[in-house]
Amino acid sequence: MIGRRQLAGLAAAAALPAVGLRAAPALAQGSNTVLRVIPQANLTSLDPVWTTAVVTRNHAFLTYDQLCAQDASGVIQPQMVEGWEVAQDRLSWTFTLRPGLLFHDGEKVLAKDAVASIKRWARRDPFMQVLAPSVAEVETLDDRRFRFRLHRPVPLLTAALGQTQFPCFVMPERIAQTDPFQQIRDPVGSGPFRFVTDQWNPGQKAVWARHDGYVPRAGAVDGLAGGRAPKIDRVEWTVISDPATAANAMVQGEQDYWEYPLHDLAPMLRRSRDLVVQQRLLDGTYGVCRFNTLHPPFDNPAIRRAVAMAVDQRDYLTAVAGTDPDAWGVCEGVFTCGTALANEAGGEILKVHSVERAKAALVAAGYKGEKVVLIAPSDYPQINALSLVTADLLQRIGMNVELVSADWGTVIQRRASKEPVEKGGWSVFHTTSSGQSLSLPVFNLFLRANGANAWFGWPDDPEIERLRGAWVEAGDPAESLRIAEALNRRAMEVMAYVPLGFYWQPSAWRKNLTGVFRAPATVFWNIGKS
Amino acid sequence: MWAYVIRRVLATIPVMAVVALFVFSLLYLAPGDPAAIIAGDQATPQDVERIRASLGLDRPYLVRFGAWVWDIAHGDLGTSIFTNLPVSRMIEQRIEPTLSLMVVTLILAISIAVPMGVVAAWKQGTIIDRAVMGFAVLGFSVPVFVVGYLLAYIFALELDWLPVQGYTPFERGIGPWFQNLILPAIALGGVYIALIARITRATMLEVLSQDYIRTARAKGAGQVSILFLHALKNAAVPIVTVIGIGIALLIGGAVVTESVFAIPGLGRLTVDAILRRDYPVIQGVVLLFSFVYVLVNLVIDLAYTLFDPRIRY
Repeated sequence: MIGRRQLAGLAAAAALPAVGLRAAPALAQGSNTVLRVIPQANLTSLDPVWTTAVVTRNHAFLTYDQLCAQDASGVIQPQMVEGWEVAQDRLSWTFTLRPGLLFHDGEKVLAKDAVASIKRWARRDPFMQVLAPSVAEVETLDDRRFRFRLHRPVPLLTAALGQTQFPCFVMPERIAQTDPFQQIRDPVGSGPFRFVTDQWNPGQKAVWARHDGYVPRAGAVDGLAGGRAPKIDRVEWTVISDPATAANAMVQGEQDYWEYPLHDLAPMLRRSRDLVVQQRLLDGTYGVCRFNTLHPPFDNPAIRRAVAMAVDQRDYLTAVAGTDPDAWGVCEGVFTCGTALANEAGGEILKVHSVERAKAALVAAGYKGEKVVLIAPSDYPQINALSLVTADLLQRIGMNVELVSADWGTVIQRRASKEPVEKGGWSVFHTTSSGQSLSLPVFNLFLRANGANAWFGWPDDPEIERLRGAWVEAGDPAESLRIAEALNRRAMEVMAYVPLGFYWQPSAWRKNLTGVFRAPATVFWNIGKS
Repeated sequence: MWAYVIRRVLATIPVMAVVALFVFSLLYLAPGDPAAIIAGDQATPQDVERIRASLGLDRPYLVRFGAWVWDIAHGDLGTSIFTNLPVSRMIEQRIEPTLSLMVVTLILAISIAVPMGVVAAWKQGTIIDRAVMGFAVLGFSVPVFVVGYLLAYIFALELDWLPVQGYTPFERGIGPWFQNLILPAIALGGVYIALIARITRATMLEVLSQDYIRTARAKGAGQVSILFLHALKNAAVPIVTVIGIGIALLIGGAVVTESVFAIPGLGRLTVDAILRRDYPVIQGVVLLFSFVYVLVNLVIDLAYTLFDPRIRY
């Protein structure tokens, strides 16, 4: 039976060749001062500390500014700050704000605003929580300077402050004093664009206007670092939840930029002479197959490893991103491929790719036909595809699998259950993650193995936790890499999750957009229209 | 009649109370956790717990239900868990597109379906009758989203006559407003046209066999006069009833139509709220839909008196 998604694809596919031959559409000429964007999701919350939703983070990059930011090569650069000084004993870091920074309400950005923002963010950011025991105090010195006083040296301080995964955005002190578990109501920032609150219609439209008082940093844009120059008057996000409609709107010129086109539609969009379809994000999106280590059969590491022997990442990545090998990459380790800590130590098990050997290993591990409940989100195409591949794989190696399809909201509630499968629990589920969040042990939540406090699946392995702590203390890059290799090796033994490789998420934009650049996150400064 | 109207309006209060209890209980029992969605995919269970507590979702059923009913009794539909905006404001932002879509669809459907049904009954057994019934079967069978995609393909992509998606508020001019609504209204109206055309035909067939129609013919009344003045007026009660019942179809269909054509209406608001488990929004919208449905039925009941003088309240 043909599904709605397939029909949508067919509708768009049928339409595009004809459209490609036609002159520019007459109905949808947008203004050259407005950038019309189809975002990857509905912007429902404006508080980047309260929620970790990517769409809220993208809003925050427009609305707020960062103290430090990541350049295209991953190096943390000053952004709102002129720079920082580290004391000789390395127990204090003093940051100085650039002059002339203004909030959207016209107030000056002061050091006290930065300190209040850091304190609120630090209560939610997993990275900063790792560093927190080493931080004695964050204090305001004067209007432009603030200081971190430390109990012991923290070489990763700017890495935390300038990270892209859970960025530290600066808000006015009066707003930043809000409890981090309560949502802020007033989106006043000092970023290159000002959020137009009265035009916000959640689920339909979000609008930003150029912040005339914004002073971009000198220098060319470089990833998220460098000059964040607003080149257009307005950015308008229109939520179009139906992919075929979004594709049609792009082709017809009713929209300028589509953040996350479906992979199924990308080849068809490429056939339109007015569109560019390219990878804009610097990192791929990584797939993860997560086991529940609390209950049989996956409380047995040997059974988890048996499953890993059958996994061939290429099957998963093809299911998500198609057969074009440029659309995805195999990555048989727990750290983001291409980053400093990437390694495959102990990862031979992921190179077995054999259902027969997995079957034998499963028997040897003592699998007794216990039921495996795989929960899959039917409304999340990429994760659903990963789930279906695993369901097939588990059946092929002889496991007793029950595939439970539900919407994403139900899946993420059920995965929090620590009950056995007979009482509404689960055995295995899948998710995806940006490469950013897997690049360091402090980000990589899937790697955590601190039992009841670990991420869903709750693996308990003191050795992983010990290595993670040792990595934070590592003195030099060589030691850091050595510990990362030990972590990878141990992760392959524990096998709390199976890495499934990464796929590139393309974006689509009209050819009359200028200045589109690659970055670790989707941002809209420096982009103009001709 | 006014006493009847007041009685009916007052009767909506217990109906709405039952709806409120039902919706609240259903959402309470349904799986899903807004706190987990807010916290994000990579949040720790501890973060999720703290957000749940901050939203008051850890409170007992009766406490939550009592607080909600108390707020509604004071005219407050609550605040969206996600957007922090009042539910009443979110509904206000979305009501115009949905209302516009419904009105245009209703006018379009009635003005096409009733003449179709009348002509089919008049030409019973002919090719015209079969064509009308064939169309009705098609209207019932083809899902709204299929019709929507086909219309967008033909009229927006191929012919470039109409926009693919979106909504233009009425205040910006009737032309752009209507331009955005034509395709969605046709897509949504298909099943409604089929329903009304079928019931019109069936009722008209029955009426056309009555003695007074024969008498009218014997007196020399013209065909148009017989069909539209004598027969249709007497067939109107069941037709109007079906139009009223069909409002529920429209509400259901609007959810899909608004998604396909990216119309920022209440249907999409409902779907988005359900997927995110934004309980106050779901409860508010369902209450509104229920209230509208009850009111529509009241209006239909009152409309009977216009078509049939024997009906008195």
